[in-house]
Amino acid sequence: MKRVFAALSAALLCASGASGVPLPGVNQDVIDGDAMPAKLSAFGLFHAGSPRAPLARIGYTLRTPLFSDYTDKHRYISIPAGKKARVLADGVIEFPVGTVLIKSFGWPDVNEGRPVETRLLIRRAAGWVALPYIWDADGKDATLALGGRRVPVSFKSPDSEAHEIRYAVPNKNQCKECHSLNGEIVPIGPKVRNFVLDPPGSEHFRSVYFEDPAALKPTMPQWDDPKSGSVAERARAYLDVNCAHCHNPAGNASNSGLFLRWTDDPTTVNYGIGKRPTAAGRGSGGMDFAIAPGDPDHSFLIYRLESTDPGIAMPEVGRSTVHREGAALLRQWIAEMPKASH
Amino acid sequence: MRFHSFAQSFALPLVAVMLAAAPAQAKTIKVEAGGADANEKLQEALIVAEPGDVVELGAGTWTLSDGLSLDVAGVTIRGAGTDDKGSILDFAGQQGAGEGLLVTSDDVFLTNFAVLNTKGDGIKSKGADRIVYHKLRVEWTAGPKETNGAYGIYPVESTDVLIDSVYVRGASDAGIYVGQSKNIVVRDSIAVENVAGIEIENSYDADVHDNIATRNTGGILVFDLPSLPMQGGHNVRVFDNEVNNNSTPNFAPKGNIVASVPAGTGVLIMANRNVEVFDNAFDQNGTANVMIVGYRYEHKDPKYQPLPRQIVVRDNEHGKAGYAPAFDGGAQIAAAFGGAIPPVLWDGAGENVVVLDKVGVLSLNLPDVATPRSEAKPSPADLSKGTPPAALPGIKLPESMEAKVK
Repeated sequence: MKRVFAALSAALLCASGASGVPLPGVNQDVIDGDAMPAKLSAFGLFHAGSPRAPLARIGYTLRTPLFSDYTDKHRYISIPAGKKARVLADGVIEFPVGTVLIKSFGWPDVNEGRPVETRLLIRRAAGWVALPYIWDADGKDATLALGGRRVPVSFKSPDSEAHEIRYAVPNKNQCKECHSLNGEIVPIGPKVRNFVLDPPGSEHFRSVYFEDPAALKPTMPQWDDPKSGSVAERARAYLDVNCAHCHNPAGNASNSGLFLRWTDDPTTVNYGIGKRPTAAGRGSGGMDFAIAPGDPDHSFLIYRLESTDPGIAMPEVGRSTVHREGAALLRQWIAEMPKASH
Repeated sequence: MRFHSFAQSFALPLVAVMLAAAPAQAKTIKVEAGGADANEKLQEALIVAEPGDVVELGAGTWTLSDGLSLDVAGVTIRGAGTDDKGSILDFAGQQGAGEGLLVTSDDVFLTNFAVLNTKGDGIKSKGADRIVYHKLRVEWTAGPKETNGAYGIYPVESTDVLIDSVYVRGASDAGIYVGQSKNIVVRDSIAVENVAGIEIENSYDADVHDNIATRNTGGILVFDLPSLPMQGGHNVRVFDNEVNNNSTPNFAPKGNIVASVPAGTGVLIMANRNVEVFDNAFDQNGTANVMIVGYRYEHKDPKYQPLPRQIVVRDNEHGKAGYAPAFDGGAQIAAAFGGAIPPVLWDGAGENVVVLDKVGVLSLNLPDVATPRSEAKPSPADLSKGTPPAALPGIKLPESMEAKVK
């Protein structure tokens, strides 16, 4: 699926170059302005308003993605002509004003694979703005849903289990709940350690759109590929991507004292080892510790990941199903910890 | 104003004009209950509101499937009342979000509505300075149940917090919980049938006064916990409260710190410094009217101070207490004391714990927090000889906050 999208977008880009037929351009004025257009097409980010044909110049994937109800995600970046992104010392990719990060969410077996929603993260002069769009029934355009929406969907997860959920398209504020650092909106995914440019066509674009393309070397393991790292390393990558956008000292869960970044010391109380619940309420599940080494059944971090009850579940937004495979990885990681270490 | 007009294609110029225009004058955005998209309409109002605006909730019940959130500074959410004829945000069918309403912006005023039966917390505000909670009802209507949400009213990581004239019932942790915050007033409020009625945790400078804490497990708690970004709780005054009949069996999910609070606790001070408890009316608290203890769990935080220090208890009225001490060995101690232990209970560890009330004090004589409770040697203690710490000056909130509730 991903490959098809990437190839398609590359083909379109090539086609435009080869034939000389101009594609409808990205509407940079709308991107740079301060409006929140009611229709996604106003940005001109998708060819002829089709979700299958993004005009965005750069496609990318993540080594370890955030779990969002088993959606297939398609990610693109639109960087204004003549401008470049750069890699900062801490591995954060800094995008120029006028950049749009575009992420579409869908399932292969819903709407014939067309996305259900597309989220934009727009770098405007005053900072990043997050806007959620839901694709219209005819699939030709998408409509702004500032207040979010529940969309009923039925799909099968990779293990062939059938799911019927009311998928939550986040509202504008919920976008910020995850994309927040010291109260300001920031991108989450595009950090060098986790960022992979799509292979087709990307070589050509690296130097056009990135100041230091050689710095784009992902180092974090792929959570579900044992060849890419140990169980502990992959578990930490999973926690970094799925939890640390809130669970860091400047994030939405700063008050919890639970910090799960790739760069945090995984042996400490603040990483959850022997950490008692703080403001967890029912999330404690009657257990004493977030992580009880050697004992996943008495680690409420697992309890919260395996729940869909809003008073218990983590993450708090963006998940109506349990990520069985992710939880299994974390279970294995905790089970393999020596009990004595806590 | 019709917010779903965003869904129409011609809305683009309208929205663009709205956003381009300077917020010349604060406006009122009226939102009505009912309709299939009530959740979206209310949430959109909270998103498009601009600083100074009032989002006005009509009378009626919103049946909400998701948590609401506000991230615009200086906004007022005003309802039409907290009773059944008022503005009710009903979360019984909630499918997502950790709380009913989340506020993440400064200078917000919440007044005159009710939040019912949330799956997690009721109303949470995080990093929301100068927030005012006023005339609100946050309730789990079936009464005490372990499946109720944790906190009713939950400001955290904020400077200048006012909680005034609220009613909170049924929280499975704390009805009113203020965490990791500074300069706090909780007053004229009622906390009933929560595990903890009112809790001030890991916070600095708080006045808790003129509240009623009744039929909780513990009435008013002043706590400090380790391994959190803000700790070293201090300067808390608990005064002029009615703290009685806190007899509800503890229904907190195990693991949470309040799950260790014995039923029948009036005021409980744990690991804080400079706490004053005065002019309160205590009655019918079966374990103790006032309890002063250290944090006795294992921890690995070298910066954490687990002992209560510079505590004064004075000028309180003590009704019946100590007749049903709900901790291990409590019944035997009560029997040894002729049926009831003294109304003030100290675990024996701490610095300068002063009790000037003319009532008995029971010390467990545990010299430090490392000594297990099984080694307690309970005996009456006279804590009236110490020098009370210098009186705290009391909390002053910014005038802009007080003006909102006048």
